[in-house]
Amino acid sequence: MKKLLLGNAAIARGAYEAGVKVASAYPGTPSTEISEELAKYPEVYCEWAPNEKVAVEVALGASVAGARALACMKHVGVNVAADPIFTAAYTGVSGGLVIVAADDPGMHSSQNEQDSRYYALSAHIPMLEPGDSAECKEFTKLAFEISEKYDTPVFLRTTTRVAHSQDAVELGERGEIPLKPYLKDVAKYTMMPSSAIKRHIEVEKRENRLISDLADFDINRAEINNTSLGVVCSGVVYQYVKEALPEASVLKLGIVYPIDIERIKAFAAKVERLVVIEELEPIFETAIKAAGIACEGKNLFSVQGELSAAAIKNKLLGEPVKTNELSLPVRPPVMCAGCPHRGVFYMLSKLKLRVNADIGCYTLGAQPPLNSVDTVVCMGASIGMAHGFDKAGAAGGVAVIGDSTFIHSGITGLVNAVYNGSDITVLILDNSTTGMTGHQHHPATGKTLKNQGAKVLNLYELVRAVGVEDIKTVDAYDLAAVEAAVKSALEFKGVSVVIVKRPCALILKKREPEYFIENCKRCGACLKIGCPAIRKEKDGTAVIAMGQCAGCGVCAALCKFSAIKRSQNE
Amino acid sequence: MNKNILIVGVGGQGTLLASKIMGNAANLLGLDVKISEVHGMAQRGGSVVTHVKMGERVFAPVVAKGGADYILAFEKLEAARYTEFLKEGGTIIANKKEIYPMPVIIGAAEYPKDIIEKLKESFKVVEIDAESVALELKNPRCANVVMVGALLKRMGVSLDIALSALKESVKPEFFAVNAEAMKRGYGIG
Repeated sequence: MKKLLLGNAAIARGAYEAGVKVASAYPGTPSTEISEELAKYPEVYCEWAPNEKVAVEVALGASVAGARALACMKHVGVNVAADPIFTAAYTGVSGGLVIVAADDPGMHSSQNEQDSRYYALSAHIPMLEPGDSAECKEFTKLAFEISEKYDTPVFLRTTTRVAHSQDAVELGERGEIPLKPYLKDVAKYTMMPSSAIKRHIEVEKRENRLISDLADFDINRAEINNTSLGVVCSGVVYQYVKEALPEASVLKLGIVYPIDIERIKAFAAKVERLVVIEELEPIFETAIKAAGIACEGKNLFSVQGELSAAAIKNKLLGEPVKTNELSLPVRPPVMCAGCPHRGVFYMLSKLKLRVNADIGCYTLGAQPPLNSVDTVVCMGASIGMAHGFDKAGAAGGVAVIGDSTFIHSGITGLVNAVYNGSDITVLILDNSTTGMTGHQHHPATGKTLKNQGAKVLNLYELVRAVGVEDIKTVDAYDLAAVEAAVKSALEFKGVSVVIVKRPCALILKKREPEYFIENCKRCGACLKIGCPAIRKEKDGTAVIAMGQCAGCGVCAALCKFSAIKRSQNE
Repeated sequence: MNKNILIVGVGGQGTLLASKIMGNAANLLGLDVKISEVHGMAQRGGSVVTHVKMGERVFAPVVAKGGADYILAFEKLEAARYTEFLKEGGTIIANKKEIYPMPVIIGAAEYPKDIIEKLKESFKVVEIDAESVALELKNPRCANVVMVGALLKRMGVSLDIALSALKESVKPEFFAVNAEAMKRGYGIG
């Protein structure tokens, strides 16, 4: 049976068919749906971990225990998980261990566009890269086989266009893979210098074994057509190349590390001009040139952003790329109507505070008209950076971090701030979900990935246990309370935490009555919060769009003329 | 039939369901199909674009600039934003709806006037009031299905296929109201 599947759903299907037993992940675009899809299979244990490092450790534990295991993350999550990943390359596996690294060229939903293939090179872990959903399923299954055959974790690399594209996938049956018996093997699984020195030798041996077997893998394949031009590529770029240059000869690499230099050499000998087309970094190109094979690559294509069939036609056939002549207002993403973050950022902006913010929907507090954010770097950085500002002698700021991000990697920053006598204020925006990635549970929501009940991490008690002495909890919709809490926290000498609570407006089941504006005095106060439900008419009057108001009342609190009223009908 | 379609709108308008229906329709027609979607940050009220490509053999999951047979626009300003994707002789099917982007809301930019008229100077444009149809059906959320109905009709896909594709794309309890929307859209297209 063939079914249209998202690349991520196909990876989940592949893992299911491969008999995966344990899967762990932290949500991150473009990888999130793998876990959400895998959770639908009752045979698979599947969880949200608090961060990617934990996810990889869980998967490695399950692998050493003898089960096939999977850990999924976005590219920047690999940074968080890099510590166990690099040493898992030394321990090797028992049950197959596959780590999905989902890259985001073009930064559709990310803070950088690093190329995860470098991790494969530097950790000496094989990496496969599918180019459509059908390959996502097949490559995932193959990744488990390679993992067990060569005793190594295996990376499966995707990019946004593969992860979030759908095409037809032939569904197969689940293969029941029996648990391998666990054998205590200190020399293999206890990495201290004496054992690790020996394991490093094994890493090199198995990599050489895989390199000498590369000729046997048909997911590296040459398609010889017209030999005036030969292209080396992988993943979704293959699809762009086939569309842009149907006549060209193509070498498609399914295994992107180790790089199949022998096959490339043979291919290069058959074509007159060799061009490497790869998104992001010149990784194939560098290896090919190092092997003494002449080629072109980044002299034609940028290391930035996504490629496309049009870009390839432009560079190799000289066809112009069409552009839009119209000058139009941009439409950046915005906080939703009723978003509990809006009032908080309005208040921080009004108080003219420096804001070290973090990764999540609240990053949007940086946009006009709120303009309230100073720094955003990575998960959890808000607290560490605020502490750094404090120690540098810069007062007058706060750290702002979401609940899921705080649990992911804000806790250690807070421990550090308390331990080292910081004088900072941290706002934890607790919207009871992982919002930006599409509402995933986390340890403080009381539900698991499989939607089963779980113990609830109490953020207040956690913060207190860390040693924070000034803690307040306020309702995000109550602007006066938010203002008072922030002011008092700033006055406190030492670390203070304000937990700003209110569930994400998109997960609320009950709809609040809408607000409407009567006798608007055109002062524009309600427009300063940047609510998508409020618009300004040509005469300056503010209007709330029917059906779009979520009933938070933040605008009403700002109207000095009491012109914004709550409608009576529920 | 080789057709490339761009479905554009504002995050939250239902472009994902629209592309799902289109994908299932292509599948029922026995065509190879690829769909490329937007998830994550852009979905929060930003400009979103979903690509649907169908034909004997589809490679790239995204439509190349200058390669779209149709742009299905759920919002007027978004109809104008992606015109470079339209093929020579391609058609824009645009919903009448206006959703102000943040620069317009805060007065930093103006919502362009007469967008449809301007687009008509250079392109084939069909304007549809999907919102009113959806309101008549007492379900403002099914405007996207009205739009898809209009597109499928223009593409020469039978109503039977359109409804079967819809059935595979929505939960059974939502089929009836969406089927009405599909039929109404099909009538307009």
